[in-house]
Amino acid sequence: MLYREAGDYKTSYAKDQQTFPIAFDRYGYFLTIAFAVLVVPFVLNDYWTNAVVLPFLIYAIAALGLNILIGYCGQVSLGSGGFMAVGAYASYKLMTAFPDLNIVFVILLSGGITALVGILFGLPSLRIKGFYLAVATLAAQFFLVWLFNKVPWFYNYSASGQISAPERSLFGFAVTGANANPATSYLFCLGFVFVMAWAARNMTRGANGRKWMAIRDMDIAAEIIGVDPLKAKLTAFGVSSFYIGIAGALLFAVYLGAAEVGEAFGIEKSFLILFMVIIGGLGSIFGSFAGAAFMILMPVLLKNIMVGQMGWPTDLASHFQFVIVGGLIIIFLIVEPHGLAQLWRLAKEKLRLWPFPH
Amino acid sequence: MSANFYYGIEVFLNGMMAGVLYSLVALGFVLIFKASGIFNYAQGVMALFAALTLVGFQNGQIPFSHLINAVFGTNIHHFGWHMPAILAIILTLLVMILFAYLVEKYVLKHLVNQEPIILFMATIGLAYFMEGFGDLMWGADIKKLDVGLPQGGNVWLEEHTAFLGGPDFYGFYLDNLDMWATVFAGLLVVSLVLFSQYTKTGRALRAVADDHQAALSVGISLRAIWVIVWSIAGFVALVAGIMWGSKSGVQFSLSLIALKALPVLMLGGFTSIPGAIVGGLIIGVGEKMFEFLIGVPYLGGATENWFAYMLALLFLVFRPQGLFGEKIIERV
Repeated sequence: MLYREAGDYKTSYAKDQQTFPIAFDRYGYFLTIAFAVLVVPFVLNDYWTNAVVLPFLIYAIAALGLNILIGYCGQVSLGSGGFMAVGAYASYKLMTAFPDLNIVFVILLSGGITALVGILFGLPSLRIKGFYLAVATLAAQFFLVWLFNKVPWFYNYSASGQISAPERSLFGFAVTGANANPATSYLFCLGFVFVMAWAARNMTRGANGRKWMAIRDMDIAAEIIGVDPLKAKLTAFGVSSFYIGIAGALLFAVYLGAAEVGEAFGIEKSFLILFMVIIGGLGSIFGSFAGAAFMILMPVLLKNIMVGQMGWPTDLASHFQFVIVGGLIIIFLIVEPHGLAQLWRLAKEKLRLWPFPH
Repeated sequence: MSANFYYGIEVFLNGMMAGVLYSLVALGFVLIFKASGIFNYAQGVMALFAALTLVGFQNGQIPFSHLINAVFGTNIHHFGWHMPAILAIILTLLVMILFAYLVEKYVLKHLVNQEPIILFMATIGLAYFMEGFGDLMWGADIKKLDVGLPQGGNVWLEEHTAFLGGPDFYGFYLDNLDMWATVFAGLLVVSLVLFSQYTKTGRALRAVADDHQAALSVGISLRAIWVIVWSIAGFVALVAGIMWGSKSGVQFSLSLIALKALPVLMLGGFTSIPGAIVGGLIIGVGEKMFEFLIGVPYLGGATENWFAYMLALLFLVFRPQGLFGEKIIERV
């Protein structure tokens, strides 16, 4: 009843083209932002920040990045874990080499470096397509992890082979290192998420986004109507890697604090992000958030129920978790292959007609 | 000839045998991809599951004993018998066929006509599911698998080739198990080829691989074919599971052989059985020789993880459909 577009007249093209054309959606969006900025930081505790909120925000950026590549440009990549590692190691090298550099620039520069690496590994996509490309991107995953493991320069010759983030602050508040307070880390990540999601939304409905979608739908036809596949594919790889690199840098610097490449950025990470994108919905910004929330919340929930409530041993619970996650993924794909975003769309369609659907 | 040269040959031979083991896994991928266009990521986990089931039957473990103990507070673990290997293998095969049937009935049937990426994701989900399910059923501890294949190095070969090199060369060291694996892989491929060329079902399989709709229109049941193909893939997984399991124990890392088989597939082409064999040999020899000649001396070792992928990647840039893959013709 509340969700209506009746009476909502658009008097300019700009209004007609806006992201949230329905007033109710728009207010919902502003309310969510206000809630996230004004309420959440004051009610956060350590457990919620570390178990749910920070990983959700950081993986949402990674999912956005991968969604640009897979959902918008149609190039399947399984190398996200490796690209996150590039972001993490780049931020580590930058933080230790230039101690005075502002942390925001460090993170942005790490994203830039990852974008370059992503473009490099995206080059074969001009020749290799489909599953062959998906498997080819695994080369990036394994090679990068091996590289960061074997070349001591990347971890500053530390004896343990680990990298750990030194303390850096923004406006006098520590955002990395041991003294960072949950609320500041949260707001720092939220800022990145907000800007990146906004940019992704506007990029994907602009000229570049349309080129990507043309390539996704049929690359030869796109070429014929004048889309340069080289540019389109490589920009998709670059932008996607930029996002994933930033997610990797944030994951290392703000969330983990210390990381070892094989453990933190292994192939499971690539699959995790891929799951987020598929379950959330390919080619949808909202879907990236929904997928990230689902994949982060569900294991926490399952663990709390099985270990906390039912008192099972943790190894048994973790096996069960595998079964349930696997089963849910299959069920999801069968019930709604277009992901949570599609469910959301359907729900909105229904709501617009409710309570008089005829 | 210097001893190093002979070591090189030894590395080459060992690479061939490792390649055969990769091919065994890749074969399962190719079979399913040809028949249903599904890129079955769960093939490695199927090998793990088959090996776990085999060991469980052999040792008379009670399935789900951990779960039963946790829920009911009992303390059961074994039936207390020891099954002969051949019986256990047959029973495991039946389990794999049942598995194929269930997969078709509960997963594939509902995903007909979906995009390949969705099917691929479904098999990743399946892999997760089976990994947890196998551990729940049989426990996650490392198990020893012994079906009576000889283990260790081949002494005869070592003694009879020692004269080739100088005083610091002790003969070729080849694993008995690897040689048996080669024999079994050869048998498997020959029987698969015979099956697909000379039986009615085999012909139906090839028809489905060629064109789903045409096969349907002449009365071939697609669903029955899928069950058969997944069963055969389950059988191939069982053979791979036995070989890898006897070599390094039955444990979680067994499922990672799927990742070893992927570059083999790329190199050989997703749709070609000979491609899987030749690709496996090239990858096996390539990665062992690279590690021996360049990896260990110059790069600090452990290059085996990525070399296969890089090799396949470079190769694909020049030939995008792989060595034996069907030529990709694209039309608007």
